[in-house]
Amino acid sequence: MTQAQLQETANLPAHSPEPGGTNWRTYFTFSTDHKVIGIQYLVTTFFFYLVGGALATAVRTELATPESDFVSREVYNGLFTVHATVMIFLWIVPAVTGGFGNFLVPLLIGARDMAFPRLNALAFWMIPPAGILLLCSFFVGSPGAGWTSYPPLSLTYDKAGEAIWILSVLVLGTSSIMAAVNFIVTIFMMRVPGMTLNRMPLFCWAMLATSALALLGTPVLAGALILLAFDLIVGTAFFNPTGGGDPVVYQHMFWFYSHPAVYIMILPVFGMISEILPVHARKPIFGYKAIAYSSIAISFLGLIVWAHHMFTSGTPPWLRMFFMINTMIIAVPTGIKVFSWLATIWGGKLRLNSAMLFAMGFISMFVIGGISGVMVASVPFDIHVHDTYFIVAHIHYVLFGGSVFGMYAGLYHWFPKMTGR
Amino acid sequence: MNIPSQITTLLIGIVLTLVSLWYGQNHGLLPVQASQEAPLIDGLFNLMMTISTGLFLIVQGVLIIAAFKFRHRPGDDTDGPPVEGNIPLEILWTAIPAVIVLSIAIYSFDVYDKIGGLNPMDHSVAHGTPTHQVARMPGAAMAATLADASETSETSENRNQEVQEAATQDPATDAVRDQSIPQQNDAPEFGVSSPRIGSTPDRQGKPPQFVVNVTGLQYAWLFTYPDSGVVSGELHVPVGRDVLLNISANDVLHAFWVPEYRLKQDAIPGRQSELRFTPSLIGEYSVICAELCGPYHGAMKTKVVAQTQTDFDAWLESQKVASSEGLNQAIALNAAEKSTADFLAPFVSDMGIDAKAIQQIHPDHAHHPL
Ligand SMILES: [Cu+2]
Ligand SMILES: [Cu+2]
Repeated sequence: MTQAQLQETANLPAHSPEPGGTNWRTYFTFSTDHKVIGIQYLVTTFFFYLVGGALATAVRTELATPESDFVSREVYNGLFTVHATVMIFLWIVPAVTGGFGNFLVPLLIGARDMAFPRLNALAFWMIPPAGILLLCSFFVGSPGAGWTSYPPLSLTYDKAGEAIWILSVLVLGTSSIMAAVNFIVTIFMMRVPGMTLNRMPLFCWAMLATSALALLGTPVLAGALILLAFDLIVGTAFFNPTGGGDPVVYQHMFWFYSHPAVYIMILPVFGMISEILPVHARKPIFGYKAIAYSSIAISFLGLIVWAHHMFTSGTPPWLRMFFMINTMIIAVPTGIKVFSWLATIWGGKLRLNSAMLFAMGFISMFVIGGISGVMVASVPFDIHVHDTYFIVAHIHYVLFGGSVFGMYAGLYHWFPKMTGR
Repeated sequence: MNIPSQITTLLIGIVLTLVSLWYGQNHGLLPVQASQEAPLIDGLFNLMMTISTGLFLIVQGVLIIAAFKFRHRPGDDTDGPPVEGNIPLEILWTAIPAVIVLSIAIYSFDVYDKIGGLNPMDHSVAHGTPTHQVARMPGAAMAATLADASETSETSENRNQEVQEAATQDPATDAVRDQSIPQQNDAPEFGVSSPRIGSTPDRQGKPPQFVVNVTGLQYAWLFTYPDSGVVSGELHVPVGRDVLLNISANDVLHAFWVPEYRLKQDAIPGRQSELRFTPSLIGEYSVICAELCGPYHGAMKTKVVAQTQTDFDAWLESQKVASSEGLNQAIALNAAEKSTADFLAPFVSDMGIDAKAIQQIHPDHAHHPL
């Protein structure tokens, strides 16, 4: 990909409305237009972002005083459980993949639309009902076992709330699998003639890596949740120790998806940053191939590090060492990206507009998340800080300072293209 | 100013290194070191903090300098230089992080080995400690049962079961633990699937000097001392002695964490896990439950009292009288049939929450597990 192409992409005149197409009513229909679906995703997920923010505000309000005086203890646990679930499954994952991915991928590879437009629309329309369902759980007794929903606690909590949580996450996971299939097929089959993989915009590389993770990981989460639902509703004992089940097996299945989920949330943002920086620095991206291949490397390594969330759990020592080393190696491809971005802006002519400032803010915050990630990968240190605010801070640097800052950069950067203004 | 850029770079490098080295040692982020394991883990953290500080300053520095130095000037519509990459530079910034993380991995591996993570609590405990050696130990009762079990254990692959059985050989633990939860088998191939931070090299092959069985339940920790039958809501340990905790849970996941010891281990129902450490500093520290375990999770706290051997012996003696009565009762009435609140009543004064609170928490869960 050349610089000229990239700038062209960014500076294309806004698309003219299709005949009979994008008046506001279209956005409330089962539209199969990838741009409409992209906007539908972004607007819907932004709404849930505000909801998740309100839940976080409630959590902080409760924590303002040591006493339990704002909400009951059960509701408090429900607040942070639903906060995390909303932010992950209803904001970042669908916004970066469904939102930016749908809007940008076909444009960047010169395709008329996504490979399976109806599947695309269906994937989007699963999100609003699942989200509303999740929020309704507050009326029946909120799910309070954390977004990890570890058994046996999740089995002892409010059954209706927990069942709603499982159902909602299952629907959202299905939507995510459908979107992933769509992206992989679109990127492999529908590139404009002459665009080899090595000329593909970096955002598409990132979406490819992301979709592979979603496709491999999400079914395992679905499996874990279905078994959990059986334990919860029918009284089986897959994970219930009183019946001979093993709660640690759930942890393995859960994190087999949920570690890669972090990369599902950050890889597309890496891709966006790689598109945004060169435009506003007026300089080509530094080390295109290294950035492209490091996305694939992160995606592959991301699949074999899940038990670093279980260093203090039922994980035998040799396995702890295996996962520690794999996790630390991820710092290498991630470091390549960060240094390449710095080299991209170094010596450029930086337009310090909102998109650029958010993109630079992304680097500065993400680097804290990345460095603390290496720290917590170290088993002896993680044995001390695991399940503490150190981890909470680490993940919020990655997901808020990282993903969300990156999405703001993307919104400012592509807003003219999305709205024609 | 006409300082050559190499000299500026060199100066910046020296300042960065010094600042990183200083901050890595003086971050003040960790609590007091109260176990022999803590300094090892802190040394590792300090090194990671040093490297992190350097990296952090480099990245933020480049961003800030770029924002000023390479700012777009009004009227300048030219592009930046069309540099698309620099292979030697890219190799360099691939190789340096690779070397850094490998060193951290090796250092972590070494620390983990030193705090005993890699020496699964050796088969000497489970698999036949010579009896004469056991007899001299203060933990003789416990160790003896372990040694007895060892005859069969050579062929037995289920070490977890062994520990569970050994742990509940004493009536105190037996009464406290929920016996209806089946114990997980260990993976035969690797000997252990139950986690443990075990013996350091100098302890290797030696049985622990002092064993305490730890049981987590909503929302309390119960500590049972197999040698004396004492049940307590707070953990007392003699300073300088090699302590082994056998950790399990009765209901949901909990995690035993003492920040001053830098050690944490989940308590998993149906599984035994172990922590082995040597308290090194007299004092009282918090035992905190670090795994979300229900609405009162935040209240699941007690303390560990590290004291001299004399003080410890005196405490143990005073507890023996008190808890033998309660315990006999508990056994007579069969713990499993009592509601949690009744069962915990004798211990609540140690736990900081009262029986009423416990009753409120799980009214329906008191009479049948889960
Ligand atoms: Cu992870
Ligand atoms: Cu707990």
